[in-house]
Amino acid sequence: MIPTPFTYKRAGSAAEALELVAEYGDDAKFLAGGHSLLPLMKLRLAAPEVIIDLSGLRDLSYVTDQGTYVAVGALTRHHDVEHSDVLARDVPLLAHAAGQVGDPQIRHRGTIGGSIAHADPASDLPAVLLALDATLVAQGSGGTREIPIGEFFQGLFETSLEPDELLTEIRVPKPASAGAWSFQKFSQRAIDWAIVGCAVQGGNVALVNMGGTPLRAAGVEAALADGAAPSDAAAHAAEGTSAADDIRATRAYREHLARVLVSRALTEASSRA
Amino acid sequence: MKVDLTVNGKDISADVEDRMLLVHFLRDVADLTATNVGCDTTSCGACTVLLDGESVKSCTVLAAQASGHEITTVEGLATNGEMHPVQRAFHQEHGLQCGFCTPGMVMAIVSLLKENPDPSEQQVRQGLEGNLCRCTGYHNIVRAALAAADEGKVSA
Repeated sequence: MIPTPFTYKRAGSAAEALELVAEYGDDAKFLAGGHSLLPLMKLRLAAPEVIIDLSGLRDLSYVTDQGTYVAVGALTRHHDVEHSDVLARDVPLLAHAAGQVGDPQIRHRGTIGGSIAHADPASDLPAVLLALDATLVAQGSGGTREIPIGEFFQGLFETSLEPDELLTEIRVPKPASAGAWSFQKFSQRAIDWAIVGCAVQGGNVALVNMGGTPLRAAGVEAALADGAAPSDAAAHAAEGTSAADDIRATRAYREHLARVLVSRALTEASSRA
Repeated sequence: MKVDLTVNGKDISADVEDRMLLVHFLRDVADLTATNVGCDTTSCGACTVLLDGESVKSCTVLAAQASGHEITTVEGLATNGEMHPVQRAFHQEHGLQCGFCTPGMVMAIVSLLKENPDPSEQQVRQGLEGNLCRCTGYHNIVRAALAAADEGKVSA
């Protein structure tokens, strides 16, 4: 399978990427690692006329300790997030979850920024960063702005990024108790997307693939805040969700999985804390 | 567009369509047909090659993205007519049946052992999660990976 014809442009800097997207507008798409976009293009579910390759923006691949938060460059590959000493120490949930994305080959190419900007609710890292209360930094023609991750995901593959904006950095606040984390992912085969997944950091609980966007399990978080035991709090996991019925699972099965995985995640997180 | 790749140590320049996939560049332009197209959906790993020394699925990389980079295919592993330790281990441990997944398996293991020269059996199995064998040959493939790691320890 090959994509529909397009024009390939390689940007050498963020400024050049923004110039290119200003020039080509809606016909253009940014390409980071390409492991979400290229498969869609091969299936002809996406057919951009211009591809702006960001792989030349090497200065956007980094993980740095900024005191109260860890800054991760948007073009940092999953492999590098997985093996970051800073993240292993301060945000082990993110380092671990990055190592659960796809397979080693995919992690050698796919990037954290690409995964977030693609906004597939079945992807692992959007929910993980939601549980971590991350802040996203976007650069556009009008300058740079910060977007709280809670305002970022607008719908299936839709974000609050403007068409001429580039996601440049993910800022992850260091959790008060870094060890109180868990990531649970249920899939049928090793490299599948999660049928349902769950990320827990302290009292924050986020769900993978339980709606059109990654979701915070507000009912679970409220019950935990009221002092509920993990298994009792987990009973609220499907509240406010809108999981799909599809060939992989029914909605009822996904809701069941959400309760089971949240219970396991809360138990594991509290045992680690 | 013009792309310049180094494939198995040899510089190859060509005019290709912007949309050409790396696997098609390797097979149709570089005439290196050991790298197979299997699922064509980033799942099976049959098309695994090394890009700057790391395993990637060449069905999900554009030739244009690989321009300026070094690619190694299974044809590039042997030196002076002598098989690479991973190739030798596949031979010794009978790590293949039909052979379709083998080039990708070998390249995935070369990359895995570079990152972790002394993996446990569990780490090998997890490290090969992106490569499918439909002959149910995983046991001997894992044995081959572990044998190649052992040989690396002896020669190191």
